[in-house]
Amino acid sequence: MAKDQGYLPLVTEGLWHNNQALVALLGLCPLLATTTSATNGLGMGLATTAVLVLSNVTISLIRNLVRPEVRLPVFVLVIASFVTAVELTIQAHFYELYLVLGLFIPLIVTNCAIIGRAEAFASKNRVDRALVDGLAMGVGFTLVLMALGALRELAGQGTLFYQAHLLLGEAARGLTMTLGDDFQGALIAILPPGAFIGLGLLIALKNLIDKWASLFARWRARHTAPAAAEPSLG
Amino acid sequence: MTSTLISSPHVPRVNRVDRVMLQVLLALVPGVLAMTWFFGWGVLVNVTLAVGFAVIAEALVLLLRRRPVLPALGDLSAVVTAVLFAISVPPTLPWWMTLLGMLFAIVLVKQLYGGLGYNPFNPAMAAYVFLLVSYPVAMTSWLAPELLSGIDLSFGDSLAMILHQVLPAGVDWDAVTAATPLDEMRTQLDEQLTIAEIRDQSALWGVFGGRGWEWVNAAFLLGGAYLLWRRTITWHIPVSMLAGLLSLATLFWLIDPQTHPFPAFHLFSGAAILGAFFIATDPVTATTTRRGQLIYGACIGATVFVIRTWGGYPDAVAFAVLLMNIAAPTIDYYTQPRVFGHGRERAR
Repeated sequence: MAKDQGYLPLVTEGLWHNNQALVALLGLCPLLATTTSATNGLGMGLATTAVLVLSNVTISLIRNLVRPEVRLPVFVLVIASFVTAVELTIQAHFYELYLVLGLFIPLIVTNCAIIGRAEAFASKNRVDRALVDGLAMGVGFTLVLMALGALRELAGQGTLFYQAHLLLGEAARGLTMTLGDDFQGALIAILPPGAFIGLGLLIALKNLIDKWASLFARWRARHTAPAAAEPSLG
Repeated sequence: MTSTLISSPHVPRVNRVDRVMLQVLLALVPGVLAMTWFFGWGVLVNVTLAVGFAVIAEALVLLLRRRPVLPALGDLSAVVTAVLFAISVPPTLPWWMTLLGMLFAIVLVKQLYGGLGYNPFNPAMAAYVFLLVSYPVAMTSWLAPELLSGIDLSFGDSLAMILHQVLPAGVDWDAVTAATPLDEMRTQLDEQLTIAEIRDQSALWGVFGGRGWEWVNAAFLLGGAYLLWRRTITWHIPVSMLAGLLSLATLFWLIDPQTHPFPAFHLFSGAAILGAFFIATDPVTATTTRRGQLIYGACIGATVFVIRTWGGYPDAVAFAVLLMNIAAPTIDYYTQPRVFGHGRERAR
């Protein structure tokens, strides 16, 4: 990728083509463990995004000061500091969400997606690009977490955005939707196997959309090419 | 007079998938009839529903995958999956759970992996476990054998129960349902009762297994013997699985007969016989080498005993089979027979 192509390629990479969860399959531990509901997925995704943006910016700032031999320990140290800060913030302001996500917030340190972006992108690029990359990758990751959480919550419990007020405040109570009281959810969707099955289905969906998109692009190219060629003849 | 010349190999019979599956279905008939005798029409209703759902699901997926539909349906593998599933679930199961189970088995477990021959897991057992984990209450409330409850549910009653979950007037759930023998044994043992006490106080026990269940299992044994006689299956997996289960059961029974049920109970109260002859022997998901089949079967038997005795579920055939399904390729890898003329240093 050339250095100055603008920010758009970074955004599409992060959201779709190199989505950390669906394509790179990084950060599967929090992805599979915390997506028992859409709210949990959103919370975990936001926390990861915050850490990702902060660590990307910091590492990009210090990229010329750190000797290559010690870069990995330094990256981990930077990430760990931000994770601790984020964890304390969540504990202070969203205590009930903190109880739900629990152990997995400190484990953001070991999220391969974050150290992966630090090593592969932030340590080689300017600060502004590292910031955009962290944001795009984080949002892409968050969207997948939320989609998987919504899928599992719907199938397993028959609700959507249950307990959303824990994360988004009292105004979000109305966000909670239910499929009716006599809906009998499949418990397996909330249990760990449901995470694997759900992620597999999401990846399949993404591949299907890609396939359709390429078919559509080919179809459009075939139908517009002659039309575009005609004026040049005249 | 002309005679045609046929070159070798002179194979008397083509071993086709549909013939194998047909033999399996034939061998299941006595067991299904025995279950219908003891547990009522619900068994047959479930079998019919499951076969219908499975065939429709298979046809739809094959259409989506743009594969020929009729040959794949004609191999009867979806029907066998459906029948095995239907006789594993309670005869009262709501119809939509059967639908969910069949969709899971055919679409996710079988066709998404590439269809018959490519699925790493036994579809019927995967669907059973999927439902057991998701809907534990519905999946563990078995009908009591009719000779115990004394209530004769007509065909219409069974249909109403499965389609609408309603019972005929004057009958409540507690009267028609009962814990399965394995479930009962497990709960009572947890309450520190001895085997002798449990057998005295409960009407669930028959001559050598659970009442009713023992004859169902005997009928499955008959079907298994038929499969062996027709050489549809070989003896390796059933014998080693039952031997694995029995040897552990006998060992612990000899150590302490008051807290471990006698070995025949393990054979004739749950799904051990059905599992040994019809489920573990599934040619797609089992091991293929002879030595590997012995290991595979013995491990299933041992796992069944371990889960029944110390695990969280009363019966374990489905879990044991699925666990060993994952191990089957590895077992095959390490038990490949030596090719004649080659040295011992292979498969390094």
